[in-house]
Amino acid sequence: MELEAAKMIGAGLAAIALAGAGVGIGIIFGNYLSGAMRNPSAAQKQFPNLLLGFALAEATGLFGLVIALIILFAF
Amino acid sequence: MASPLKQFTIEPILDLNIGETDISFTNSSLWMVITALVLIIFVAVGTRRSSIVPGRWQSAVEYFYQVVADMVRDNVGSGGRPYFPFIFALFMFILFGNLLGLIPGSFTFTSHLAVTFAMAAFIFIGVTLIGIFTHGLKFFSLFFPHGAPIVSAPVLIPIEIISYFSRPISLSVRLFANMTVGHVLLKVIGGGVVALGSFYILPGIVPFMALVAITILEVMIAVIQAYVFAILTCIYLNDALNLHH
Repeated sequence: MELEAAKMIGAGLAAIALAGAGVGIGIIFGNYLSGAMRNPSAAQKQFPNLLLGFALAEATGLFGLVIALIILFAF
Repeated sequence: MASPLKQFTIEPILDLNIGETDISFTNSSLWMVITALVLIIFVAVGTRRSSIVPGRWQSAVEYFYQVVADMVRDNVGSGGRPYFPFIFALFMFILFGNLLGLIPGSFTFTSHLAVTFAMAAFIFIGVTLIGIFTHGLKFFSLFFPHGAPIVSAPVLIPIEIISYFSRPISLSVRLFANMTVGHVLLKVIGGGVVALGSFYILPGIVPFMALVAITILEVMIAVIQAYVFAILTCIYLNDALNLHH
């Protein structure tokens, strides 16, 4: 196989990591919302934790994207 | 059309060399200076004639102060008060850098791993030194979770050490990747708007609306990432100052 083609396929495979980030962000916001519906008075206090969890979940997916960018542009 | 990654090129404005080392004043440094100046003007002018009933500008400055003060108090406790100025400066610098980077034609210095990793490495080394100076050798109990059975030590200690040393990497890559990806996305969709809009007006409106929505999302991400960077610094500082409490 050509090196260029292999790089494209590898970058595409690395970007699959973002699917996990999507699932994680969905779980975080879904659970926050269901928790906030049950106990609205406690919701505001947990908002910083929501943002923290969102950022941590998103970052793991973005690591995969960084690998894809490295494969495409750094090699 | 130019590549979506062209916006990240660093161009020297003033060529400077010390021996073999290139220390040119680049567009990245220029935007860091601009960010610092905007930040200083924002805070200094806002609190210049401070009154008990704040005006609009003073309330804006006080709001940011309040957010960071709450963050430090909730996450570090009273021991974190000496480090409040550092966290405040860090948060405001990253926030203003991210937001000024969203102005079309400007340069986002937080989209470079060199910048974010330098900040994260300083935080990591500083926090580790603070921990060692406050607790001495007891600091290394951080690598063994409190209350875990002693038999599990050979497994837990390597995991904890790896997780401790991956902190600066995850801290810097998170900010860098978010900023880079956001700006690439804006550029790609902007390219779609130009390509469709220059031929037909109507189909160009749909990607333009998407572009507006993504710009709003990017403003949100810029604020959230600055907040997360500061809050994680607080959490690391809390680990070093309070050791599992």
